[in-house]
Amino acid sequence: MSFETPDDRRYLESHEWALETDGVVRVGISDFAQDELGDVVFVELPDEGDDVTQEAAFGVVESIKAVSDLYAPVSGEVVAINDDLFDAPERVNDDPFGDGWMLEIDPDDESELEDLLTADEYEDQIA
Amino acid sequence: MTGDRTRYDQARWTDDGQYEPLLSEKDRTRVEIDEDDSPLPDDLTRDSLELPELSEPELARHYTRLSQMTYGIDSGPYPLGSCTMKYNPKFTEDVAALPSGAVHPDRTERSLQGTLELCYRLQDYLGRIGGMDAVTLQPPAGAAGEFTGIRVAAAYHEHNGEDHRNEVIVPESAHGTNFATAALAGYDVISLPSDEGGRVDLEALEAALSENTAALMLTNPNTLGLFERDIVEIAEMVHDVGGLLYYDGANLNALLGRARPGDMGFDVMHYNVHKTFATPHGGGGPGAGPVGVVDDLAPFLPAPRVRKTATEYELFEPEHTIGHVHGFQGNWLVLVKTFAYIARLGDEGLTDASAKAVLNANYLASQIEYDVPYEPFHHEFVASAGDQDAADVAKRMLDYGVHPPTTKWPEIVPEALMTEPTEVESKETLDQLAAAFNAVAGEDDETLETAPERSSARRIDQTSAARNPRLSWQALEEE
Repeated sequence: MSFETPDDRRYLESHEWALETDGVVRVGISDFAQDELGDVVFVELPDEGDDVTQEAAFGVVESIKAVSDLYAPVSGEVVAINDDLFDAPERVNDDPFGDGWMLEIDPDDESELEDLLTADEYEDQIA
Repeated sequence: MTGDRTRYDQARWTDDGQYEPLLSEKDRTRVEIDEDDSPLPDDLTRDSLELPELSEPELARHYTRLSQMTYGIDSGPYPLGSCTMKYNPKFTEDVAALPSGAVHPDRTERSLQGTLELCYRLQDYLGRIGGMDAVTLQPPAGAAGEFTGIRVAAAYHEHNGEDHRNEVIVPESAHGTNFATAALAGYDVISLPSDEGGRVDLEALEAALSENTAALMLTNPNTLGLFERDIVEIAEMVHDVGGLLYYDGANLNALLGRARPGDMGFDVMHYNVHKTFATPHGGGGPGAGPVGVVDDLAPFLPAPRVRKTATEYELFEPEHTIGHVHGFQGNWLVLVKTFAYIARLGDEGLTDASAKAVLNANYLASQIEYDVPYEPFHHEFVASAGDQDAADVAKRMLDYGVHPPTTKWPEIVPEALMTEPTEVESKETLDQLAAAFNAVAGEDDETLETAPERSSARRIDQTSAARNPRLSWQALEEE
């Protein structure tokens, strides 16, 4: 089974993706991650204005199979969260790289993105 | 043995697979009350109420059908790992139903001497079984016992001027309640990896221990059924940094009469009376999770405890008590059942129970085709469903008239089937269980994914249930 890994963004070994647009980094989990988790039933996110730290847990995703921590790709301030997920967690399964996004971070240091895996490197990891 | 022992069909009372209707769906008679003589404010009262009016046979059939559509330890084997689903002997129900036990606890101590004597003797029994110096019977469930035990440990550290200790270490294979207990008590939880053999990794433990360690929580045998052979060394390591060793009593059934947590160096433990001592599990009813401690921690136990004077039994408040964790003596009638079970089995019976629990687990494991990667195990084993999905295996086992094992946990075993037959099953029943495991082991994914097909309820939509939980009768009213 092959999974989508769009090359417009970077990835963490823990299966989150990070997409930078106009200085804001949007975060979600990969197609591979949503498939491994199975049906997502609950997403716990920080509040807008909270600070997150690169590689530290910022939230929790719960599926019928497992509960997993979510890790931040960069350090910074949370400027938006996808609160649609509270009522419609299935969006994480249906559209992990689009409507299933989780939060947006105003990064302290954009160059932290360079620490992350490229799409090719991430594909190798999940192959 | 005759006939196909794997053939099973559960009762279904309607063609369309709907559940037995609720009483309120069978009859919606409305009872009206005319006079308004209630002293309560209007917004707290109502003048009409839907109360089903059914004949006695209608009611008897309703509950009989429900009992036929469910599955319990009275229906067949129930090898749910780490849950110790023992048969609940009926005589303990008889004892708990004795009118002499129905004493309201809010009376003078002089008029409660029977209640207090039973509590005192049960404290003593549990203390001796666990190797603990003092016991509280108050916590109303296993998880409440865990929380109480960790709170007692925290109070001990605080009393000694060591409230900087902010970490509790929990093995990654531990019961989920251990992490939850430590977190709820305000501690940072340090997760400890297992070694290759599935036991506590001593090097990882050494690295995790520090002056900030409040406690290490362990169950022994652990959740793989393996005895922590290094327990004495582990206890020394924890004590050397000033930490306490907490025993999760969930797996005590493996050790009854043979080894005691107190002798291994544990300082505080809880007892799951619904597991080890055969009181009923869950069902929303009252439970009990007594806590035992060594002498140093006794002054911090919840109040009140029971002690014996020269002439009578009396309640007292431990010197530095953490306070009350439940009303009065805890859930009294569960404690009566616990007492009755221990008294009926005695030293010999309890020791025999642990022996047979271990024997049964080992016999069953030897009869099934699934791989059991970690051994030697005691009262439970964790098989791997291999290429099959453990949850699907569990659903399919229902079709063979047995309750499935715990699945997908501990995660150290891929597609885990955590199995604990307990001491109560005969060889014939264990063979029936093995036949169910082995029948499922040979089946294809399509069969597994559509199971169960012979049970009253077919595959439940777990995703919808989790996304849209209906947690009260009001959810039905809204439909």
